[in-house]
Amino acid sequence: MESYALLMAATLNAGTVLAIAALGLLINEKAGVVNLGAEGMMLCAAIAGFAAVVHTGSDGLGFLAGMAAGAVLAAIFGLLVIYLGTNQYATGLALSLFGVGFSAFVGIGYVQEKLPQRPSFEIPFLADIPLAGAAFFKQHPLVYGVIAFVFGLMWFFYKTRTGLVLRSVGESPQSAHALGYPVRRIRFFAVIAGGALCGLAGAYISIAYTPLWVEGMVAGKGWIALALTTFATWRPARILLGAYLFGGVTMLQFHLQGLGVQVPSQLLTALPYVATIVVLALISRNPAWIRINMPASLGKPFHPGS
Amino acid sequence: MLKFELRPQDSKFWRLASPLLALVITVVLGIGLFVLLGKDPVRGLQMFFWEPLKSAYALGELMVKATPLLVIALGLAVCYRSNVWNIGAEGQFVIGAVAASGVALLADKESGRWFVLAVLLAGVAGGMFWASITAWLKDKFHANEILVSLMLVYVADMVLGYLVYGPWKDPAGYNFPQTKNFEAVTQIPRLMTGSRVSVGLILALLGAVAVWIFLFRTRAGFAQQVGGLAPAAARFAGFSSRKALWTALLVSGGAAGLAGALEVAGPLGQLTPYVPAGYGFAAIIVAFVGRLHPVGMVFSAVLMSMFYIGGELAQSRMGLPKSITGVFQGLLLFSLLACDTLVAYRLRWQSRGV
Repeated sequence: MESYALLMAATLNAGTVLAIAALGLLINEKAGVVNLGAEGMMLCAAIAGFAAVVHTGSDGLGFLAGMAAGAVLAAIFGLLVIYLGTNQYATGLALSLFGVGFSAFVGIGYVQEKLPQRPSFEIPFLADIPLAGAAFFKQHPLVYGVIAFVFGLMWFFYKTRTGLVLRSVGESPQSAHALGYPVRRIRFFAVIAGGALCGLAGAYISIAYTPLWVEGMVAGKGWIALALTTFATWRPARILLGAYLFGGVTMLQFHLQGLGVQVPSQLLTALPYVATIVVLALISRNPAWIRINMPASLGKPFHPGS
Repeated sequence: MLKFELRPQDSKFWRLASPLLALVITVVLGIGLFVLLGKDPVRGLQMFFWEPLKSAYALGELMVKATPLLVIALGLAVCYRSNVWNIGAEGQFVIGAVAASGVALLADKESGRWFVLAVLLAGVAGGMFWASITAWLKDKFHANEILVSLMLVYVADMVLGYLVYGPWKDPAGYNFPQTKNFEAVTQIPRLMTGSRVSVGLILALLGAVAVWIFLFRTRAGFAQQVGGLAPAAARFAGFSSRKALWTALLVSGGAAGLAGALEVAGPLGQLTPYVPAGYGFAAIIVAFVGRLHPVGMVFSAVLMSMFYIGGELAQSRMGLPKSITGVFQGLLLFSLLACDTLVAYRLRWQSRGV
């Protein structure tokens, strides 16, 4: 039973990484911009966060550095796609390719570095409950933070005026423009917010999830996060559920290996990627369903007429 | 302030000048990077733009790396011109290499020279098969081809890992994760002695001609591209978008698979975990920088090959990480996308208050 509690804990942890990134991407997709650079932003943030902790010893500064790295890269992406009208797919792809190379380049000196003693977390009293304590109450604060954030984001999207404006920019930029809203500026800020959250997710990977730096350590989580927004049909709560689901699939492989199941380890490692493909296919099966839920201007540039 | 003004027509001049300007910007940023790292920028540039050209042997190595890049990019150009976003060429390359290796391992001492042809065809088939998964899921389930093809890159790497660490591992290989060396009959013939340039280069150049004819001189190639430019027009003309989707993915998958076969049966001579060298991703940049045009891509493939060789030299001679190649590749694509704005827009200086 103990091992199932640990599996649960690991699932929540892995799901948190995906949820933070996917919720960030949701913000810019709600505003009509798709950023395929998630993987690159997360990698650069992972090394930025890791390096910051190595040099300052402060996890808080590490997370801030990661968010800053993500935000800066997202700003470059935003300038290109929003103000210069470049193709969103190609530009995002450029960001991912650049991020993979740049993080490996910058990180070469940090491959052997170790972080100071990692803090352990537990919620007083609750952590002592048998099984449930180990499963739910000994997590990094961000694991709980992301749950609160989902509720905050739902409130923002559906209950605030700013959230409504953001969604209208994604649904019909022409109408938002006609009403006098600065479409491009709103999109730009949404892209930066998305980048900062991808950065936070990247920094979480190298600071808390697997506290070390390895080239390419994000290992496709940025792409899975992108798939999650479609999977969740652009709704915050479903993103969280989807993230836990994929976190579970990722962790299941280690659990199965621990149980001594006779399956080649590579096939188990491929599981999350295969699961993403299968789920994506099933959810996309009905194009009308996707069309209803997808921000209508997603991926399309907007030029305010002169 | 500076303002962008829509041109009445795309600028032909900037269509050609933009990749060159992007290269200049990348070089300038590169010089900045070298200075920042305290390295001699002149020596740095030499590694990238002079060393790969200075001897016959170096030129040969330049072609060895340009070959797979060009082959993959040619397929991707057909794909992108049809508005199909296959970004998983790396995975198709790997599975092509795996399939080619599977056939190459069947050869023995008595096998004939025709075996090399079977190896190449297996590579093409492998790449096509891997791309057809993406095509099928897009066709049947409308699954986004960007995400599916990319996810399949990771799966392909796992398949490769499973084979070289498991059933295909050379029993006499001191437990290294690699197959035995392929028989000589499976080797791609080399063009001359003293250089590793193989028949693959000729195949790549013939491929460029074939793609040019297909795109610009055949009805099928025209139909293929109309769907990408104007889907409504394509529907009215009765061009099938499903056919365009399958053609795009099978052509690009087959090309990437062929490149994989040329690599394992050429310079490598065995299957190892180091087969995925990022050519599938770099070829995306080759395709865009070459304007999705066969002639342009010949040049951009050579340029990208210089980036690879320059990165290796910068590592061995200047102590810089090899990943500098990836940095430059990314910078080049970024700069190109930014410079391409000038194709459709003109910059105008406008005083405020007008």
